[in-house]
Amino acid sequence: MNWESILTQTFSQGFGTQAVVFALAAIGLNIHFGYTGLLNFGQVGYMAAGAYGLGMTVYWLDQSFWLGIVMGIIYCLVLTLVLGIPTLRLRADYLGIATIAASESIRLFVRSRGQRTRTGASEGINDFADPFFDLNIFNKPGSQSYRFFYWEYRAGDLWVMLIGWTVVALCLLITWQLMRSPWGRVLKAIREDEDAARALGKNAYAYKLQALALGGVIGGLAGMFQVIRTQSVQPDTFNPTITFMIWAVLIIGGVARIWSPVVGAMIFWAAISGLEAFLRELIRSDWELFGDTIGVHAERFLNLTVQNVSQVKFMVFGMTLMLLMRFRPQGIFGSREEMALDDR
Amino acid sequence: MIVGAIVVIFAFFSLTAEVFAQDAGQSIIGQLRADDADGNKQPVVGVTLTVDGVGDGVSDEEGKWEIPVDSAGTYTISIDPSTLPEGISLKDADRASLDVLVEANKDKRALFSLVSGDAPVEEKTSGGVSTRRVAQLTVEGLKQGLYLAMAAIGLSLIFGTTGLVNFAHAELVTWGQLCTFLFNAYGFAGFIGWLAPLPPPFGDGVNLIVAAIFGMVGGALMGYFLDRFMFRRFRKRGLSLIAQMVITIGLSIFMRYIFVYNFGGSPRSFKDYSAQTAWTIWKVDITPKDFAAMVISLAALLAVGFLLNFTRIGKAMRAVADNRDLAESSGIDVNRVISVVWLAGGALAALGGVFFGLDQIKWDFGFRILLLIFAAVTLGGLGTAYGALIGALVTGLVINLATLWIDVELKNMIAMLVMVLILMFRPQGILGQPERIG
Repeated sequence: MNWESILTQTFSQGFGTQAVVFALAAIGLNIHFGYTGLLNFGQVGYMAAGAYGLGMTVYWLDQSFWLGIVMGIIYCLVLTLVLGIPTLRLRADYLGIATIAASESIRLFVRSRGQRTRTGASEGINDFADPFFDLNIFNKPGSQSYRFFYWEYRAGDLWVMLIGWTVVALCLLITWQLMRSPWGRVLKAIREDEDAARALGKNAYAYKLQALALGGVIGGLAGMFQVIRTQSVQPDTFNPTITFMIWAVLIIGGVARIWSPVVGAMIFWAAISGLEAFLRELIRSDWELFGDTIGVHAERFLNLTVQNVSQVKFMVFGMTLMLLMRFRPQGIFGSREEMALDDR
Repeated sequence: MIVGAIVVIFAFFSLTAEVFAQDAGQSIIGQLRADDADGNKQPVVGVTLTVDGVGDGVSDEEGKWEIPVDSAGTYTISIDPSTLPEGISLKDADRASLDVLVEANKDKRALFSLVSGDAPVEEKTSGGVSTRRVAQLTVEGLKQGLYLAMAAIGLSLIFGTTGLVNFAHAELVTWGQLCTFLFNAYGFAGFIGWLAPLPPPFGDGVNLIVAAIFGMVGGALMGYFLDRFMFRRFRKRGLSLIAQMVITIGLSIFMRYIFVYNFGGSPRSFKDYSAQTAWTIWKVDITPKDFAAMVISLAALLAVGFLLNFTRIGKAMRAVADNRDLAESSGIDVNRVISVVWLAGGALAALGGVFFGLDQIKWDFGFRILLLIFAAVTLGGLGTAYGALIGALVTGLVINLATLWIDVELKNMIAMLVMVLILMFRPQGILGQPERIG
């Protein structure tokens, strides 16, 4: 049993590039669901908009990477208009269905053969982020890996993390300031009682559209980091399961709390990767029980092998989502009163 | 309670796992047909095909051929043009030999297109609109719509009676498929290794029709079980609908990965009726199994309509959907009605899954049609049974006929666009009552 490898996996992933992506996406979703009460099941659509805004600018329009980032933000704003104008008037459950449908439409569209010259279709767009990695301050000759206690990262990942966590901090600051401003109080009022907010002369629809745009752009940034960290835009990374993972991240941390997306993302990725690493090591270990190793027993009774061990983490993830919603929907930091759980 | 239930499913499935791992080899298969003078497909008999380094085969009286290969890998298969009958030639002479990738334990179909010399060569452009294509796509659309309706009615009725949008409904479709596959391939107990030598229906597979009935029972039980041990308790505790909806999402992911864990990622097909020659009725090709499935699903949907309109429990369902409190105060046992809705919804979804499974059985099949089901129920009006039926038929027809002009890959996207449009202009759906949903 190699405990060091398990702990390294857990700690590295808990602060790693995946956690950056999910923290950002969950900050966006927190603005949507936590503060405004919008049941957005299509956050991954915003991630795709950001990612393809960036990727297509480089690949199709042959422009610079930095212009791509601006284009990604513009794509997110356009998506907000396309998605928000028809659907924001709908009740929560209809909004959920409409948003998941929109995000899936985006995925189907960008992966279709007809878009090959623009989006690279199912092969996606690769190696477009060199300008970003050229600025890497962690590049050094020889070994490209850094290790500190249980944290171990490649130089490229460290660079993505440095920029990523900085952006996360900025987004948290913006959210924090906005939510204690009069604008943020109107959002919360809409969440609590939309009719009351309207009766006070607030244009609830416009406020909701603004909240959707803000959270969407932050979600788009998440999408950009997702594709930068892998240097590859793949349509199928933007599937609805990602949205549900973002939901789990948000609910673990606690809805309508500033820090919750960050804490949620760290816990989620640490737990998921730690679990997978633990199971892998358990199967490989030479511990014996009744004359056979654990791995032999696992394969015999549970059909658990190194090949399907990664599926177990998704089962645990689904189970966690169920148990959290049943027993502690407010998550670690949230308060139940602030959850927009009424069917409005 | 959830945990206990899950452990049971997990244990059940972990038994099946080892059986799915082994299978009976792989072949390259195909069927050679060409149009005759009337435009009907006729089998082409006695043509020799060769797989390099493996062996050869000859097409039989149905035009079918099969060449078994020992292992997975890429093979080159060629057709011998000199053995083609008089007047029949390859549509594309360059494609007399093909490279095919064969996966382990899966038959791979290789396609050689033949044309009759004197038959008019039909231009097959993606945008071409011909009577034949319109007719064929209409039938395809009706077929898909009918199957979708089976899944959609359950979802819609559950929403009508409890207000819950059940994201895990698609997994009931997959569950029905997998149960049926299991009974069809291994019987009641054949998936437990040491019971496999028992005679059918215990140790060996049963006919698909019998298996489908058991699959429906499995679906009904799963539906009942989900309600009885999960959602009824949530309702009793006053868990909000949004929280319940997120729970169904968790449930959907959980079940999906239980399926792939035990079933594997590759698609399967039923043992019976897998390769059938299509009938040609007027200008439409349809296999007998699809025809039968369409008739059966129509009958099942009519039966649901009858149940809703003329039986006590059906009237009670509609009453609960209409106004729950009023129904309860007039003496209807609401929990019992909801149980029946879940039971029937599970069984119908399972049957729909079996019919979809005639083409392909896969662990995430339900999830891939989930949004089509949503499109169907929203289109028809959430909560109405007839609306779900009409919505499903419209969805099926629209997405299939849309392929006359757009790429097949985008057809599911059309369904979503139609759904968003209907939400904009008539958010209550085609048959829904106007109420505040915005």
